[in-house]
Formats: sequence, structure tokens, C-alpha cells
Amino acid sequence: MRVRLSGQSVHNELVRRVEEYSGQDLMACYQCGKCAAGCPVAFAMDMLPSQVIRFVQLGLVDRLLDSKTIWLCAACQTCYTRCPKGVDLSRIMEALREIVMFEKGSYINYDAISPRDVMEWPQQAFIGGFRKYAV
Amino acid sequence: MADAENGYSKQVLIVGAGIAGMQAALDIANSGYQVVLVEQWPSIGGHMHQLSETFPTLDCAQCILTPRTVDVGRHERIALYTYSEIEEISGTVGDFRVRIRRKPAYVNWDLCTACGACTEACPQAIPVAFDRELELAKVMASGKVRLVGTGKAIYTLSPQAVPKKPVIDVRYCTYFQKGKCRLCEKVCPVGAIDYEQQPKWIEERVGAIILATGYELYPLEKLGEYGAGQIPDVIDALAMERLLSASGPTAGVMRRPSDGKEPKEVVWIQCAGSRDPEQGMPYCSKICCMYSAKQAMLYKHKVHDGQAYIFYIDIRSAGKRYEEFIQRAMEEDRVLFVRGKVSKVFREGDKVMVWGVDTLTGLPVEVAADLVVISPAMIPSEGTRKLATMLGVEVDEFGWWTERDGNLAPLETKQPGVFLAGAGIGPKDIPEAVSQGSGAAGKVLSLLSRWGGPSDPASE
Amino acid sequence: MKVSYFPGCTLNTTGKGFDNAVRAATAAVGLELIELAEWNCCGATYPLIVDNMLELAAPAHVLVAARNQGSTVTTACTTCYNVLKRTNKFIREHPDERERLNAFIEAEYQGEVEVKDILHLLRDEVGFAAVQEKVQRPLKDLKVACYYGCMVLRPPAEVAYDDPDHPRSLDDLMTALGAMPVDYPHKNECCGAYLTVSAPEVTREMVYTILKSAQLAGAQAVVTNCPLCQFNLDKRQAEMAQFHAGFQSLPVFYFSQLMGLALGLDASEYGWERHYIDVRPLLNSLGL
Ligand SMILES: Cc1cc2nc3c(=O)[nH]c(=O)nc-3n(C[C@H](O)[C@H](O)[C@H](O)COP(=O)(O)OP(=O)(O)OC[C@H]3O[C@@H](n4cnc5c(N)ncnc54)[C@H](O)[C@@H]3O)c2cc1C
Ligand code: SF4
Ligand code: SF4
Repeated sequence: MRVRLSGQSVHNELVRRVEEYSGQDLMACYQCGKCAAGCPVAFAMDMLPSQVIRFVQLGLVDRLLDSKTIWLCAACQTCYTRCPKGVDLSRIMEALREIVMFEKGSYINYDAISPRDVMEWPQQAFIGGFRKYAV
Repeated sequence: MADAENGYSKQVLIVGAGIAGMQAALDIANSGYQVVLVEQWPSIGGHMHQLSETFPTLDCAQCILTPRTVDVGRHERIALYTYSEIEEISGTVGDFRVRIRRKPAYVNWDLCTACGACTEACPQAIPVAFDRELELAKVMASGKVRLVGTGKAIYTLSPQAVPKKPVIDVRYCTYFQKGKCRLCEKVCPVGAIDYEQQPKWIEERVGAIILATGYELYPLEKLGEYGAGQIPDVIDALAMERLLSASGPTAGVMRRPSDGKEPKEVVWIQCAGSRDPEQGMPYCSKICCMYSAKQAMLYKHKVHDGQAYIFYIDIRSAGKRYEEFIQRAMEEDRVLFVRGKVSKVFREGDKVMVWGVDTLTGLPVEVAADLVVISPAMIPSEGTRKLATMLGVEVDEFGWWTERDGNLAPLETKQPGVFLAGAGIGPKDIPEAVSQGSGAAGKVLSLLSRWGGPSDPASE
Repeated sequence: MKVSYFPGCTLNTTGKGFDNAVRAATAAVGLELIELAEWNCCGATYPLIVDNMLELAAPAHVLVAARNQGSTVTTACTTCYNVLKRTNKFIREHPDERERLNAFIEAEYQGEVEVKDILHLLRDEVGFAAVQEKVQRPLKDLKVACYYGCMVLRPPAEVAYDDPDHPRSLDDLMTALGAMPVDYPHKNECCGAYLTVSAPEVTREMVYTILKSAQLAGAQAVVTNCPLCQFNLDKRQAEMAQFHAGFQSLPVFYFSQLMGLALGLDASEYGWERHYIDVRPLLNSLGL
């Protein structure tokens, strides 16, 4: 179906929340793709990091909520380091995760993780993961 | 020359003998006025002298340039000071005092007959600025491959150079560095080599000034993600012009620096340092899309079975017949334009890996390239700020000359009598630089005509 | 030189060997680490949602504890470093948020403490030349790939003390210890970090990219300064050959382990048993 754009649709409440949570100016991104070109996880994503921003620019945040990409972002900051426009994409990813988890709850069920894994993982992975994937 | 009646000098100073400065010089000199043309390089022509062919017509750059440089070189009303710089300027319109410093070439140009014996004899191969400090693979007597520069410690810019006179680069000259050698002196048939040569100072009085100082390229060293200038087969676009040029260091044969092999996969990277307010320059350098398409085309004309990729963000081809030229690169020469900015370039074995993206399909992509050509941002010539301070002329935050009025006085500065032309104002191509050269000349001529006609009777 | 030391949770648990080696090796070169009298977990990720006071509170607590003990605090965990460094910078540069944060954690902290990564201290305060002088058993012939990961490099404006594209502090340290660092392009690529929890197969591929390039450059081992990177690079190799035929494993060291060995210290408590790829064959072959 053709997507109808309107002043109202591109400035919807979800867009506003992404902007507020991330503190990023979405319109600063001129879609060069450098973030996607350097993202070490892009190969596994179902949508490029630059496309994530593009969807938000078009007001189509709802289409991102089922995307694997936001959960695969490792917050490595490669994109932010090289972005010619200084857009911190990892913050946008976090904002989107936040929005999804606010609606749907945790992404990972931490209670289901095997104690063996927990013993093995470095604390920082366990805690860091918890922060990224659970509410 | 001072005019006896009103005390105004009707002589004109032009700084920079690129295509813009030369155009202005010829227009003014042909109108009967005296020109003092100061150029920092040993020969004139500016960057156009380095180019292979020109978009969109694919004219041989040297061929269309040489008649101009020759005209300038032998024009009776153009006093040419090459290998020179402006040391001081004072005064106001009609009465500027200029002190020019002629750098020592260590060769007496009055004696030199440009036979080339010195360069031939010089044992020191060096990377020269004119060839973008390229170093090319060379098989040594021992069988080992070494990277060596394309020039000699005593060199002339090119066989077509005007003036075609050599200079010694003392940083590399064995005699200057180690006190021994003097081979060039031995072979020079006219005794022109002069290791004791001192700088010379020349004072001139001029009524008007044109600043035609042109541009330089953003250094690869500052592009860490693209290899920081440390990978031999990652070169900048001017170096590629030299490799493509029939009068360049490979005589136009397509060879890559590291091992002299013919590159079969060649990648161009656009917007390197341009359109990048975070790490580089915020502006678009305007000409890179065109010259990359040109280079890719020329490459394909030389290497028919090669593949050319141009990684771009947007294609900017807003000139007469420019868009048609881009489309020709795509259709006739099968150049693959990939939409997405490259993020990382690194060496892997004898390949240069390019990590990019095709935003149109949404796929991260990589190319195992044999040669990577970077299109770096254009930046103002190094000495621009210094000149600006001397003259009280403004430059913008990046160092480009500031026009008196961007709309209505684009070739004037706020200083009466000081005019602008060429790529020192901002990135531009040859036709625009030439137009501005003529435009600035027109401005100067209308000023001079107010002070009476040319004082030189020979022009009547 | 004495400096406050924040071990962090990982070095207190799975990374105990790393920690032991850090303490011993730094002491041997005259850098005395004084563990913070009290400390808590830094939170393990820098909060990326603006104004997340809750998540800033944990690292802010650590910074306050550090302030009470001296002017500089160091840590060997790159994640802790990243979190503390960024939090500190945030506190320094945002007076309004600082006030709210202070109210929240009931403290008066303005960002007085300097946060420095341990490698940074070794480079600039101790000096690699001084380290080199203390070397007893040079790591001769060890071709090692230095791996920096993300946390000490990005974002550069906030955390980097090295070139984010071509870092060299670890390489220079290894040279000082007598090893031969190899030049390879992926020393700053991400290993997958906490994706190891949620998408281990993705981490495996990221690790493969890094290790393959290190091997291509001739590395016999990898050395890193990040405990999570060490885990990912090491652990993911176990199943690597299943997915990448012919893959040869590479031991993955902490820099402090190699430093301790080169300085001739007793290395028995360096946590060798926690390595997934056995390091002993290589060490034996080098006579270390
Ligand atoms: C890779 C590449 C390919 C290109 N290909 C094309 C093409 O195909 N077609 C096209 O139209 N354009 C092309 N261009 C653009 C072209 O090079 C410029 O438009 C043109 O050279 C501008 O001329 P200019 O005289 O303004 O400046 P320049 O050519 O830069 O000349 C300025 C001169 O001033 C001198 N100078 C500078 N400062 C001082 C000083 N302080 N004192 C004394 N002398 C000084 C310099 O040495 C230089 O000789 C290309 C550019 C690049 C980078
Ligand atoms: S690198 Fe920056 S400007 Fe380019 S697409 Fe990504 S976020 Fe947008
Ligand atoms: S921060 Fe996330 S989106 Fe950006 S490069 Fe790293 S993994 Fe990719």
C-alpha cells in the first residue's frame, strides 16, 4: 500500500518520543549511509541503521518496533564516531528499545537464562545485557 | 608604472598563475597594461597542469593549457615571477607596494637552456608535490621491489612547463644533505647550477591586485578511516590525474603504486572530508562527482576489462552537458555508481578492502579493490590566510576569500582595488575559474581606464 | 605513584585473573593501586537515554567514592572506564542535570575526579620505556594482535586517549615487553559486546572477522585490554571451526597477563584456567 505522508503523520507522537529520549536531531541525518557501511552488526540486521533513522524521519516509527535491528545494535559507537553529521544513532536505537519495552515488556526473559551461562558470562555482559533488554 | 598625472600605478599584481590568474593576466596584458604575475610553484598553470583530460569534453588538459602558458610566458607585458611568494604588501588602491621574494632555485635560470641533463644525471629519486608525492613500485637491481618517488632532487614540473627551468629540492638533494655529489653541476653544459644562490627580493608598485590563489586538497592523513594516507594503493584524486595523464609518471599507462600491476577493480570514494561538518568541511566540493566520473571513464578506456565503482551520496552534475556526461559514464563505460558513503578502507593481502553500503538495496557491501581513489574536500591554498592578513581582506571560517557581496560583487573584496578569481573563493571547475579570471580582469580594466589609457605606447 | 583503583564487578568475579595480573604488574613498575574503600557496580553501560538519572546514579556513586579518596581514579575494565569517563564528563558539562543528580544521590559532586584508563596511566605516567627497563623475560618472537575493542576509543571526543582509527598504546606496550605486534585492520572493530547474551551466533561472526584478519597478519595470539572482548574472542572460538572450516584457534590474553610474564612475576594466579583456548602450548613453545 502506498504510504501517505502528511505534516501530521511525519510529526507523530512516537517520533516526538524518539527525539526526546535520544536527544538527537533526526533531521540532521542526510542519509549518506556511512553508519550502515561501518556498522559491524549490519550483516545480521533486517534493516540498515541508516534506514532506522529514515523510517523515523518519515514518521513510520511503528514499522521499526518489530525490527531485529534495534536489538542487534551493540552500542559500539562506530556509527557515531564516523557520522559526518554527528548523529548518535546508538541513542536512537536505545530510544526505540525503550519504547518497545515500555509497551511490550522485556525483550529477554532473564529468569529463563541458565545459571551456567550466568556463571560463565562476564558480569558486565550480564548487567549490560539486562540494561539493554529488560525493564 | 606610475602615471605621472595622478600618481596611480596602472600596473596590476596577480597572485597565483593557475588557469584563473593566467586568464586575468592575459586579458589585462592584451589590453595594454602591465601585469606582475607571482606564482609559488616553479612553473605556471596551477592544478590544471596536473590534470589528465577535462570533463565534460575530455580535452587533453595539457594540450589546451600549453598555448595559454606559452602566451603568458612570453608576453611582453607580463612580468612573471615563478617560485616566488609575496612577502609584504602595503598601500591602497592605485598605490600598493609589493615585496616579492624569489626562492633560490639553485639554478641560474638566465643561463639554463632547459636541456634536462641535470635531472637526467641526478641519482636521487624523490616524491614530488606535482605528482602528489606518489611513490611507484620499481624493481631494483637486486630483484627487490621498492617504492620510489617519481621525480628527482633537481626537477622541472613537466616537459611542457613554463618556464621550463629546474629547481633543486634541498630536502632531498644529496649535496645539500650530505655535502657530496654535485653531479648536476658536472653535467650542466652551461654552468647554470649555483648551490650558493640566495633568495632575491623584488619591489613593485601596482594599482590593483587580483587574488587567484586557488585550492588544495584535504590531506589523506586526516582521513583515518580511509587509511590515513598509509596505504600505497589508496591515493587522492589528483594523484589519479597524474596516473591517467599521458605526460604523468607512468606515461598514462594504468598501473597501481604498490606493485605496478594493472588494477582491475577500482573504487572511487566521494565526499571524503566534504559535507562533513563533524570531522571535515561542511561544504560540497562541487567538482568531485564530475572528475570521478571522468576518471572512471578514462580508466575504463585504458583497462577495458576493469570494473569501476563510484561510492557517492548524491551526484552533483549541475553544469552544461554535465548530467549527460554522468549518464555516459554509466551507460557507455559501465561505471557502477553505488549509493552510500564508505566507512572503512583497509589493506588485506595485496587488496584494499572497501567497506561500504548500497543504501538503495539496503545491503552492506564490500569491494576487494586493487586501487582506491579518494575525492578529498577542496580547501583553500595554504598561504591564503597570510595574504589576507597582509591585505586586510577577509576570508571565511575555512579560509576561502570572502566576496564583497556574494550576489552582486562576487569578484570584489571589501578592499578597494583588490579583486578575486578562481578556486580560492570556493570550489569550482575550469570554465568557472576562467570566467572569473576574465571577470576580475574586466573589473580591473574598468578601474584602470578611469585613470587614463595604458601608459605603454606599444599597446596603442 | 599511588592511584585509586576501581576493579568493577567483572574483575572481581570472572576477570579475577586479569585483576590479579593488573595489580601485580602495575606494582612491579611502581604504580601502586589503592582499591576504593567502598564501591558499587558502575552499571556496565553508559545510559543512552537523555537524562537517565537512575542509571547515572550508579557511576556517580563510584565517582564520589573516588573523589573522597584522591584526585585520579583508574580502572582496568574498559567498560567501567567508558561509563565512568562519560558520566564524569556529563556531570562536568551539565550544571542543571548535575544539580538534580546530586540531589538524587545525596552528594555534592562537580566532576572533580580525573578518570583514567590503566593503559593510559601506564603509557603517560609510568611510561613504556620504564616498563621496558623492568622486563626480565622479553616476549621474544611472540607475534601478537593487539585488540582494543570499542570502549577506550569511542566516542573519541568523550573517552579516547588514542587514535580511534589506528590506536597504538597496546601495540607500544607489547613492543616494550619484547613482543612483535602485528599490523591488522580490525583492532578497533566491535566484538559484539553484550550481544553475547542475546545473539551469540552474531557475536561469533563478528569475532571471526577480527580473528581471521589477525591471523592473516601472522598473529599467534591476541591480546586485549577489555574483559568482555576477551571473553567473546576466546569463548566464541570453541564452536568456530563448525562454521568456518579450517579455522585455527588463537589464544586470547589480557595485556596484564603478558606484562606479568614479561616482568618475571609469579603468574600462577592469573586465571589461566578460565581461558577457553588453552594458552599453555604457546607459552611453553616460547619458553615463558
Ligand atoms: C582531481 C581533480 C580533477 C579535476 N578535473 C577537472 C576537469 O576535468 N575539468 C574541470 O573543469 N576542472 C577540473 N578540476 C578543477 C580544476 O583543477 C580547477 O577548477 C582549476 O584548477 C582552478 O583554477 P585556479 O586557477 O582557480 O586555481 P589553481 O589551479 O589552484 O591555481 C592556483 C595557483 O596559485 C598558486 N598560489 C596559491 N597560493 C599562492 C600564493 N600565496 N602565492 C603565490 N602563488 C600561489 C598555486 O601554486 C597555483 O598555481 C579538477 C580538480 C581536481 C582536484
Ligand atoms: S552516518 Fe549519520 S548522516 Fe549518514 S546516514 Fe548515518 S546517521 Fe545519517
Ligand atoms: S552503535 Fe549500533 S548501529 Fe551504530 S555501528 Fe554500533 S552496532 Fe551499529
